[in-house]
Amino acid sequence: MRATRDFSHYVKHLGSGLAHIDLAVEGISCAGCISKIERGLSAIPDVTLARVNLTDRRVALEWKEGALDPARFIDCLVELGYKAYPFEAVTAEAAEAENSRFLLRCLGVAAFATMNVMMLSIPVWSGNVSDMLPEQRDFFHWISALIALPAAAYAGQPFFRSAFNALRSGNVNMDVPISIGVILALATSIVETIGHAEHAYFDAAIMLLTFLLIGRYLEQNMQRRTRAVAGNLAALKAETATKFVGPDEISVVPAAAVKAGDIVLLQPGERSAIDGTVIDGRSEIDQSLITGETSHAAVKPGSAVYAGSLNISGSLRMRVSAASEGTLLADIQRLLDHAVQGRSRYVQLADRASRFYAPVVHATAFLTMIGWLIAGASVHDAIITAIAVLIITCPCALGLAIPTVQTVASGAMFRAGVLLNSGDAIERVAEIDRIIFDKTGTLTLPELDVVNSAAVPADVLELAGRLALASHHPVASALARAAGAKSPLPGITEQPGQGVRGILKGEEVRLGSPTFCKADNIANEVLSRDPEVSVVAFARGEKRYVFAVRQSLRPDARAVIAALQKRGVAVEIVSGDREPAVRAAAEMLQIPEWRAGVTPADKIARIGELKRQGFKVMMVGDGLNDAPSLAAAHVSMSPISAAHLSQATADLVFLGNRLAPVIAAVDHSRKALRLMRQNLYLAVGYNCLAVPIAILGFVTPLIAAAAMSGSSILVMLNALRARPLPQENL
Amino acid sequence: MEVIVFLVPLALLLGLFGLLGFLWSLKNGQYDDLEGAAWRAISDDDETQAPRCVELMSESRP
Repeated sequence: MRATRDFSHYVKHLGSGLAHIDLAVEGISCAGCISKIERGLSAIPDVTLARVNLTDRRVALEWKEGALDPARFIDCLVELGYKAYPFEAVTAEAAEAENSRFLLRCLGVAAFATMNVMMLSIPVWSGNVSDMLPEQRDFFHWISALIALPAAAYAGQPFFRSAFNALRSGNVNMDVPISIGVILALATSIVETIGHAEHAYFDAAIMLLTFLLIGRYLEQNMQRRTRAVAGNLAALKAETATKFVGPDEISVVPAAAVKAGDIVLLQPGERSAIDGTVIDGRSEIDQSLITGETSHAAVKPGSAVYAGSLNISGSLRMRVSAASEGTLLADIQRLLDHAVQGRSRYVQLADRASRFYAPVVHATAFLTMIGWLIAGASVHDAIITAIAVLIITCPCALGLAIPTVQTVASGAMFRAGVLLNSGDAIERVAEIDRIIFDKTGTLTLPELDVVNSAAVPADVLELAGRLALASHHPVASALARAAGAKSPLPGITEQPGQGVRGILKGEEVRLGSPTFCKADNIANEVLSRDPEVSVVAFARGEKRYVFAVRQSLRPDARAVIAALQKRGVAVEIVSGDREPAVRAAAEMLQIPEWRAGVTPADKIARIGELKRQGFKVMMVGDGLNDAPSLAAAHVSMSPISAAHLSQATADLVFLGNRLAPVIAAVDHSRKALRLMRQNLYLAVGYNCLAVPIAILGFVTPLIAAAAMSGSSILVMLNALRARPLPQENL
Repeated sequence: MEVIVFLVPLALLLGLFGLLGFLWSLKNGQYDDLEGAAWRAISDDDETQAPRCVELMSESRP
């Protein structure tokens, strides 16, 4: 049975005889890659378009329909040295891309209007002190109105909509004072222009929108970028299933294309991408990603196998069940929903600032009006002064204070190997004082490692590694990786459930279970020294060797834990794994507090307990069983190797084999939060200087414009300081 | 000073052309890959050897 790969699920038919596919590609980093990939793919006959997008790390391909099989493009990219996989944009990402384009369009319109209104305003400002005719001034004001009104109506949409939605649900957000300020400024300016007055605020209103749109666009762009990276990572995981398309015919299809009731084949060494029930075959499966338990579970016909389980020994035929029927998954989902609701109560810094800000500003404006009326000013003058107060306090710099820092900090974190899943994660990471680590796959590496390779002669290790390439067993793959084996030995046969064997220069070589290699004695000796390891035996002629394989800690785990403790962050391990394994890891990392054999519900309970004690907890975990606790924690982080659901739930995702990104995330976030606060103070301080001038009625459009752009530039420059961070060697 | 009656609308018209140009380039996807555009500008046009996968493709066509 040779499997065919079927990617038709991802192919879009454009009409006019063309087909289109998007591929996520790993390893594009430079100009050379762009031309190499584009030329390589364009050289294929019938390909009409091959375009690399370096920002999103994707390739768009179009070809004449029917002429080519999309699986070949992936082979071609592999040939060129890139790993690629078809990519399907999720609706959320498509919506975000559209929103980002809309904001850029608004920004373009607002910037155009600002420049042109400014061109008219500056002559008016200078003309007011020299010799401009009132007719000329009115003419300039009317033209300004002609530009500013439609531009504000278009470019203000994001703010008006959001303010309207907030008010309808009885809330106040930053967009409410913005919208009120802009609308009042425009309305007064029209009334003033009709009355041939000296001052109009068209420039201030439209400039305010421009600055705020810059902030909005930056924020949106940051989110879109991390969403794109996360989408690629999900695609490159290439979750596929081997589906039976006939009684004896199989086809490798994307997991998304498998439906409930389909029959799939799960071979040894494969990770299941779906939930199902075994209908044929016996095997052992590794469910550590789901339960955290590292010992293997036996499965037989009728047993349930969940997505994320790793098949160890025998081939399984499974019937796909709908995800909702799986009791374990349903349980986890229920816990997850509950936990997510708890977290959505977190109020972002910007919203907290605006809740306080809006009433103060509006009250000040109102009091100004009353004050001037009491002091004997005319109703018209009192209203104009009050509106000047509103314009000068419009939170222009406040709107930029947080997004600019977020953008700069997320770029810096991206370079340190940390991806942000949610925009407000930075604020929450900065507040943590306790981290709960899961053990398996988080503190330890996701893959197994040979621990006694130094005790075995190098040539034996190399030979065993080459032999191991013939097996799909995870322990064998670990051995092959440790030996750096590249070329498999010829003529090797696999004995299911036992091992592999072959003949080399007249001698029999075997690799597999100790019994299969007749090496039980040595194996027992190794196991008696360290009961936590898995063993694999190697026999050549009469010689016997035993390799011990186990999950090893991430290389810098100990240093990172120590560094975290130095920063005043308490660390503890909460794992679903057995006690001896957890104890060993905790001792090695010098973590005094640990819990073993913890169920998902107990993990949440532990987090809840810490929350009640007033701790801000960060959860770092990778398993499906961690997903609910990731959602329940104040903030959460997952390694890139994590289960799908966990990664989607986590606020941050870190790359690579090292644990150092956790430190980077904490440091960058703390620094960013400090700068965000500074920015808020700067913006408010600037307003405090300008407000007395406005209350006293001295504000001219020139002062309003200067105050607005001055404070905005100050805040942006301060945000750039989030970029560098002193390096610490771990 | 009557000249401003022509000059101001003329200036606005020029600005409007700029805006339309921006909107056109946005719609055209010119801002979709800013990083790639930066690199494309400095890449040479003629240093690629035809990669091997052309043969791979032509062998395996259905």
